[in-house]
Amino acid sequence: MQRQLNTLMNEQFDDIPAPLGEASPATELRAEVRNLDFWYGDTQALKGVNLRVADRKVTAMIGPSGCGKSTLLRCFNRMHDLYPGNSYGGEIRLFPEDRNLIEMDPGLVRLRIGMVFQKPNPFPKSIFENVAAGLRVRGINAKKPLDERVEQALQGAALWDEVKDRLQESAYGLSGGQQQRLCIARALAPQPDILLLDEPTSALDPIATAKIEDLLTKLHKSVTVIIVTHNMQQAARISNYTAYMHMGKLVEYGVTDDLFTAPREQMTSDYITGRFG
Amino acid sequence: MATTDITHDSLARIIAANRRTDVVMASIGILVLMVAGTLLGAVFIDLLASGWERLVNPDFYTNFPSRRPAQAGIISAVVGTSLVMLVTAVIAVPLGVAAGLYLEEYAAKNWLTDLIEINVSNLAGVPSIIYGLLALGLFVYGFGTGETILTAGLTLALLILPVIIVATREAVRSIPQDLREAAYGLGADKWQTVRLYVLPAARPGILTGVIVGLARAIGEAAPVITIGALTFIAFLPPAPLQIESPFINFDWLTSPFTVMPIQMFNWVSRPQAEFHINAAATGVVLMVMTLAMNALAIYIRLRLRRLQR
Ligand SMILES: Nc1ncnc2c1ncn2[C@@H]1O[C@H](COP(=O)(O)OP(=O)(O)OP(=O)(O)O)[C@@H](O)[C@H]1O
Ligand SMILES: [Mg+2]
Repeated sequence: MQRQLNTLMNEQFDDIPAPLGEASPATELRAEVRNLDFWYGDTQALKGVNLRVADRKVTAMIGPSGCGKSTLLRCFNRMHDLYPGNSYGGEIRLFPEDRNLIEMDPGLVRLRIGMVFQKPNPFPKSIFENVAAGLRVRGINAKKPLDERVEQALQGAALWDEVKDRLQESAYGLSGGQQQRLCIARALAPQPDILLLDEPTSALDPIATAKIEDLLTKLHKSVTVIIVTHNMQQAARISNYTAYMHMGKLVEYGVTDDLFTAPREQMTSDYITGRFG
Repeated sequence: MATTDITHDSLARIIAANRRTDVVMASIGILVLMVAGTLLGAVFIDLLASGWERLVNPDFYTNFPSRRPAQAGIISAVVGTSLVMLVTAVIAVPLGVAAGLYLEEYAAKNWLTDLIEINVSNLAGVPSIIYGLLALGLFVYGFGTGETILTAGLTLALLILPVIIVATREAVRSIPQDLREAAYGLGADKWQTVRLYVLPAARPGILTGVIVGLARAIGEAAPVITIGALTFIAFLPPAPLQIESPFINFDWLTSPFTVMPIQMFNWVSRPQAEFHINAAATGVVLMVMTLAMNALAIYIRLRLRRLQR
């Protein structure tokens, strides 16, 4: 069955429709997960996951709680390497250079792949310094480029107008939704190849959520986005491709509209119609 | 059946019981605080009253010790204590913070680290005179550093290292993991994460440990006597700053010295009552120095907290 799934996915990438109603560009691969296993110590959390991530598209991951969405996402920036006892099997190949991310230096991977977490986690510093953090890490400390890129990132995260007069104030004075957009700006400022988001709106109200969704649909023109979400409407609204996971396995993957309107697997169909999960 | 029902009355009873517990706990807390505060206040006022006539006399602060109680002053002790504390802080703070950071952020979590942690915590409870004996053997006889300000600073640094290490570990451990993940997620390496995010966030806690440590060191007499501090000294160490190039000199490090607690002890043990007045006045100055150190720490904490709310 796994074999079959792979061929299905390959076929799909040959003629990718444009789910969000754009003209269909020749879509390229940005990353490909091949037979990925992951263990927290002795517990296997990912089992032979295969997934192709299209360049400058939004890929959503859905599935019941505990199925391994966050685990998969955190493989992409090697977050698991911070803790002892975790181990990987298989590959995540990064394109265009075609290198296995699992064998690269974790620091190097994280310099190229940004992440936004479920809970807003700004640094206890000023708004400006939060956005500048990733730039400083990359050795950009001169005032002019910092100013420019901080403003650019805050514009990109639709936060500039709200904070432009209080850049030197503490980031902790912002509301939850603003803090999350600040975290997105912080991740965007260094212009990552891929942006990972783990349920970025789960702690936010509908208005803040709408702002961030709006932002993500604009973003993917310049950056490849992988987003984990519990909210199926959200996945349907903003993603081009959707992956459905269940108990550490990737059950179904396809163009978002197809997956939601005509799921191939019974499990997927049960989940999206709310019969379990 | 009635006992398991959740009714308005049963909830009200729980609230009332909780409130009683709160009142009891708060009363005990206030009582303990009052006892401690009253004792401290009583000691301070007693010293202040006993030493008043010397405290208001400017000569007391500028004179050297003397055989005549009315002319004896504390200049050599104040300078000695200040310089010894300077050496202690310069050595113990960086070392202690670095050790605490290493143990918490870098060291592998295994039995060896656990063993070191237990030992460090225990060291904080070792009587200070033991440190004095260690320093006498190690620094004075072993390294030949003599009975100097440097030796005293090193000794007291050893004494308060465990306090600073433990405080640093606690402070670093209390930094939420998502802050670290945020930094690593941006591509920061370990040292950047520690230096830019962990350490600044842990600073208030570390500072508290430093102050607790220094406050302990400033009042210690036993280890300093053990390594051979003088009790009567009629000259000052060479000044650390000078007008001629190279403007800084370190000769003071090798100078003999005395410190406030020793000066106080010396005067207390004299038979003449007038010397006891001097001792009380010295006690007041020592307490004020300690309080000033605390005030400085509070000021720094408040300044740091501005951005961290
Ligand atoms: N640090 C850990 N150590 C051991 N097991 C873990 C750890 N983190 C997660 N797991 C397990 O791995 C599995 C996948 O967890 P994961 O967090 O990826 O789920 P998820 O799909 O993100 O769920 P949710 O939607 O609730 O966030 C779960 O069974 C979980 O219990
Ligand atoms: Mg999750």
